[in-house]
Amino acid sequence: MRVRMPEIPCKPAFALAVFALAAATGLRAQSGPPVIVEPGAPGQPSKTLPADTRPSVPPASQADVEFMQGMIMHHSQAVEMTALIASHTSNPALTSLGAKISSSQSDEIRFMQRWLVARGQPTDMSMPGMPEMDMDGNPMKPMPGMLSPAQMQALRAARGPQFDSLFLTGMIQHHNGALIMVHDLFNTAGAGQDADLFNFATDADNTQRAEINIMQKMLDKNSSVKISSEKSSLKTTSEDTQ
Amino acid sequence: MNTIRKAALYSAALTVLAVSAHSLAAQAAAPAPAPATKAPAAAPENPFAPTPAPPLPAGMTGSDTSDPRYTLKPGLYDAGEAAMGIKHLALLKKPDAFQINASTPDDPRVQKTLTQLGMPPGMKMPPAMQMVIAQLAFANSDFAFQGNHLFQGNFYGINIYDISNPAKTSLLTSLICPGGQGDVSVYGKLLFMSVEMPNGRLDCSAEGFAPPPAPKPGTPPSRTPPADPARFRGVRIFDISDIKNPKQVAAVQTCRGSHTHTLVLDPNDKDNVYVYVSGTSFVRPAEELAGCSGDAPDKDPNTALFRIEVIKVPLAHPDQAKVVSSPRVFIDPRTGALNGLNNGGAEHGDAKAKSEDTNQCHDITVYSAIGLAAGACSGNGILLDIKDPVNPKRVDAVNDPNYSYWHSASFSNDGSKVVFTDEWGGGLGARCRPNDPSKWGADAIFNLKDNKLSLQSYYKLPAAQGDTENCVAHNGSLIPIPGRDIEVQAWYQGGISIMDFTDPAKPFEIAYFDRGPIDPKMLVLGGDWSAYWYNGNIYGSEISRGLDIFELTPTKFLSQNEIDAAKAVKVAELNVQNQQKIMWPNKLVVAKAYVDQLTRSKALPETDLTAISDSIQQAEKSKLNKKSAAKLKTLADRLDSSSASVSDPADSKRVAALSAILKAPTA
Repeated sequence: MRVRMPEIPCKPAFALAVFALAAATGLRAQSGPPVIVEPGAPGQPSKTLPADTRPSVPPASQADVEFMQGMIMHHSQAVEMTALIASHTSNPALTSLGAKISSSQSDEIRFMQRWLVARGQPTDMSMPGMPEMDMDGNPMKPMPGMLSPAQMQALRAARGPQFDSLFLTGMIQHHNGALIMVHDLFNTAGAGQDADLFNFATDADNTQRAEINIMQKMLDKNSSVKISSEKSSLKTTSEDTQ
Repeated sequence: MNTIRKAALYSAALTVLAVSAHSLAAQAAAPAPAPATKAPAAAPENPFAPTPAPPLPAGMTGSDTSDPRYTLKPGLYDAGEAAMGIKHLALLKKPDAFQINASTPDDPRVQKTLTQLGMPPGMKMPPAMQMVIAQLAFANSDFAFQGNHLFQGNFYGINIYDISNPAKTSLLTSLICPGGQGDVSVYGKLLFMSVEMPNGRLDCSAEGFAPPPAPKPGTPPSRTPPADPARFRGVRIFDISDIKNPKQVAAVQTCRGSHTHTLVLDPNDKDNVYVYVSGTSFVRPAEELAGCSGDAPDKDPNTALFRIEVIKVPLAHPDQAKVVSSPRVFIDPRTGALNGLNNGGAEHGDAKAKSEDTNQCHDITVYSAIGLAAGACSGNGILLDIKDPVNPKRVDAVNDPNYSYWHSASFSNDGSKVVFTDEWGGGLGARCRPNDPSKWGADAIFNLKDNKLSLQSYYKLPAAQGDTENCVAHNGSLIPIPGRDIEVQAWYQGGISIMDFTDPAKPFEIAYFDRGPIDPKMLVLGGDWSAYWYNGNIYGSEISRGLDIFELTPTKFLSQNEIDAAKAVKVAELNVQNQQKIMWPNKLVVAKAYVDQLTRSKALPETDLTAISDSIQQAEKSKLNKKSAAKLKTLADRLDSSSASVSDPADSKRVAALSAILKAPTA
């Protein structure tokens, strides 16, 4: 609320009165009803919004939902890979790393399921009852970095140092895929604006980068373990599927 | 709580899960033994149920389950409360413009908001669930203070309150400007705000950015270039000359946005202020902001990782604020490698394996009076020399096997100690359960001498919390109690805990306030983000519930005189991460606080202290007449001569400070 100054020649006594009025009004403004203001861009004026303004949020993006559904599928494979460790190797460093990956990815799967369920979305991109089909009836496409069936079979068949090496290279490929998914998400117009999803994707990106770093160092250290690339059959999923 | 509706929702959720038949997903979700839910044994796990804490690692201890704070009644606004030495004066709920505020899900406004959030129309949802949905988008965050104004940051904007009468605090202005986290600072007529999320816009409108049109069935979604000149991630500057009509005067873009920021004042430069920017989020593409690169440092020496940014703000022309340097604070000075620091290989729950490079600071506390800053930088705590604020130089770095994520820091007033916090679990997790180790997600107290940090002890909220309460060490400030190092600190849903760390090896709790969980069955994000002392009161920024106002009450750990002495300190502005040296007036109430402390520690004979107390009382009665002042002077001289018999260093300082006041007291 503002007081319009009357245009009257300013006599000292009157000026004083106007000041007093302005001061009093200022006080009233301080204790008056709160205002809701939406600033403009730098240098632009602000808008005062009506008192009954309610929050609005950017509309949810289909890319957000697909990111979460896809990442659940993606994480699930990591958990499946780590489940092999106990029976396939006795390497303590790998066991410890695997436990960490398994627990953090399982936690994150639960988070993503909550996010989707709370939004009334299916936790899975496949057609109900038809895991090999997507919602449009097309064959499911694997997420970036996921190991192909052949790669998974090779991993299941390996033991000891060979398993260690396949696991590390496979998991690096797998994690790099997650980075691609996060990158794609933030490069999709309108996506990544949900606060929960933003925090999750940012954190997943930081964590997986760190784990890639760790696994790369473990691989470098394990120079005694050499698996020829022909045997490893660890090519990227896209190459395998094409 | 409407349990019927909730059950309905759960069964809807379970149905959704049951039809999710993808084999891998099924394997992965195959849970550990399901916690006590009422679902049939064969049903898939309820994703909203909390997971039980893993067993305590060998050699570790957990928190106290006999504490009354462990068993408080749940509720959003009617939760049980427990307090010691703190009186709750008021709770101001979040303004309606900042929350999905509804008593009934049938409210058309709620339906509208839920639709915007992507919820199918007609979906029934219990009130607690609405809170889940809205969790972070409207979360309250950090505080700044100036005169009678309190600025409360929020992921959706800033709320400005009039605190001239703290118990009757009232809302002045709601400033809508989404983009999270809304970390705030204030200096003169300028208000600063951090923005990091992709929905931040140069203007403050809440619409974010429109999603692309839905793809035709059977075709993949189009990836349109997202670079958008209207997007804003960085530090906003508002002019608050008119507190009811703030205007944006500048918006300084950065590659990773601003997760937090720190106001920095250069004692030798009155024309400018500086802002240190800590970015923890993704690096945006160069098409959106020229020069941004998220590559590894060996691929791109100009990577936006492994650095902080410094913004210079000319006070006469804040619109010309810009980034003036990007200090490589993690550099290895010998090799020049930008990634010169790592976390040392934590042995710790979430980061069990090997070492990991540190590429970001989370928060920086500057203490210009001693020319230093303490950076809490994900994998490390670092110490920066900031005598040249534009070019901070790292002088020390520490890591700790118990630390998961170095989050924030505070100096003791004399600069001889630093308290770091570990935000294990990111603040979204329950990390104060009985089985969560007391050294994880805790404060770490370091001695600081000759620019070297050395670990002395850990302090964690002593009371255990439930598995639906997000809880871990978070933001706090010093309370200006003379003669002691006291910090009030927020622990999310663990509430507020006040810690005495005068002896850095033996920190202990002297007061607390806590509420029960928001919800007993699922973790709903809430609790105190920050708890700060400002000019006589404690303010708590409650993420979901609103703004809490408290005052201290005397206990055996803290006397009324000590509280009054703290209230005698008045500051014109408070930005906690721009730490200012506390100066106590030479008032007799401050002297009385020292007398109480010396009585408590029995450092001087009781008769001497009683004599001082009596004389102070007489001096107060006589309004410090000549005779009473002379008497105090005599007692001060006697104190000086007996000070040699005091062995404890903290007591020696108290004796000296007491003597100084008695020699020249003010009214």
